[in-house]
Amino acid sequence: MSDTAVGFSDPPRKSRASKFKWVSIVGIPLAAILFQVYVPRFVTTLAYLELPLLVTVYFSLMWRSPPSGVLFGMCIGLAQDSLVPNLPLGMFGIVKTLVGYFAASVGQRFEANSAVLRLVLAFFFFFFHQFFYWVLARALLGQAVSFEPVQSLVLAILNAAVAVPLFHILDKLRVTE
Amino acid sequence: MDLILNRYRNLTALVAAILVQLVLLGYQVKSNQEVRLIRVWAISAVTPLARLLEGGRSSTTGFFKDYFVLLDVREQNKRLQTELNRIQLENQYLRSELDTAERGKALAVFQEHARGKTIAARIIGNSPGSNGRVVLIDRGTGSGIQAGMAVITPSGIVGKIVSAYPTASTLLLVTDPTFAAGVISQKNRVHGTLKGTGNGGVMVDHVQNEQMVEPGEWFYTSGDDRIFPKGHPVGTVIAARPGRTVKEIFLSPSGFQNGLEDVLVILEGDHAPIPEAGAANQSVFLQPLPPADGEQADSPTATRSRGAETDLDREVEKARRIGEDQKHVFGERGRGAPDFNKVPDPGAGRTPVTTPATSAPASPAAPRP
Repeated sequence: MSDTAVGFSDPPRKSRASKFKWVSIVGIPLAAILFQVYVPRFVTTLAYLELPLLVTVYFSLMWRSPPSGVLFGMCIGLAQDSLVPNLPLGMFGIVKTLVGYFAASVGQRFEANSAVLRLVLAFFFFFFHQFFYWVLARALLGQAVSFEPVQSLVLAILNAAVAVPLFHILDKLRVTE
Repeated sequence: MDLILNRYRNLTALVAAILVQLVLLGYQVKSNQEVRLIRVWAISAVTPLARLLEGGRSSTTGFFKDYFVLLDVREQNKRLQTELNRIQLENQYLRSELDTAERGKALAVFQEHARGKTIAARIIGNSPGSNGRVVLIDRGTGSGIQAGMAVITPSGIVGKIVSAYPTASTLLLVTDPTFAAGVISQKNRVHGTLKGTGNGGVMVDHVQNEQMVEPGEWFYTSGDDRIFPKGHPVGTVIAARPGRTVKEIFLSPSGFQNGLEDVLVILEGDHAPIPEAGAANQSVFLQPLPPADGEQADSPTATRSRGAETDLDREVEKARRIGEDQKHVFGERGRGAPDFNKVPDPGAGRTPVTTPATSAPASPAAPRP
């Protein structure tokens, strides 16, 4: 398998962008979605773990290229939408597109290798994801869903706590030049 | 133009991606149609992996349990559980038929009715973001499953198929708020709509406050929705209280009692009558009916019933015997009353009419025929 750099970042920043093998780029999101589909059957509490979101944040941060983040987030979001019946395609897609874009923009400005920064970013993006999904559900679909800020904050903390070791593991899959 | 696009390349990519998805979303909402192709791709990509994982998990856990912990007991238990499930369904069916039999229709129904056709399926995953209220099963259109089919377990209803794909289907559980099915209560025959509460429970909607529903009462499918055949258990009432406009009735769903791993999809439904209240859970002993008036007094039933006679019954019997002994007909005009001081012949009341009243009782020494 040849090493492939996925990204459209500007030449000066390209050297800082991480590279991954295609197997990782396809396999990791698929595994994250599969985890969300399969594991909560046996451990119900793990249903609140948004691994597809964390994977979107990680790859977007590492690639440092907003177009790549947009494309990656859109694909993962649409795949998630496809697995939820009665939900129009695009709900998770739009939210994760935005997450991918913003995460990549942050990655362009900061070196996201610090655990603390990753913790804060994962926390922020989870909360943003939940909040924006709620906004879209109300605005576009007219659904009377409720948003619980306290619950979302707690879940954001839990997801951020998982994100730090997860990102550390994903770092091992980076292709070194 | 190119210069602007290059300068704002990132923003252009974002706006383009969001616009595409908004158009896609708008098309689906407006036309009420889904983009099936993308869903088929996603399901087809995930299902084999989920099945592989499930197979690996059940094989691994099965191996350890079979050989190290319980040896063959688990296999036997599984077989017996399957048998029990089958017998429960059969029992439920037969019980319903028995009710019908009491109304004089059983034979015809037994001859004419065939059991509904079902197919067993295994739950292999949850839908993302559904908190377990929508699950994936490992049977799809290849097994004859179509959207809208009912899904049950031997204990009760579980949900309905919302989408069917070649290798898998999505099952909307009764606990989902968007689920709806027609139900009827067993005792008071109250019709309502079953809905999920979203937090693992179910409730019955559209029941007027004036209608009577009692805690512990069973609800069954009514067959009105044309999804669930009539007569499948839904659950028991755990709380029923008057609401602002309609009654608030909360049920404990019976379909999830033994966990949710294997389910049955109804391919061809078969309506069954709602069992009569009490028949499903008979716990009190009921005496047989009293004998008919013309029944022999010496019959065992009559002998048993004599034990429950009152003093008045005994006096009436005594007066009747005196009357018979004196050839008196009660109620005849101008005959007066018999002489109640004369003790009647003890055998007079029991002997046949042809036997003379004066004949002496048989001597103990006399030979019996």
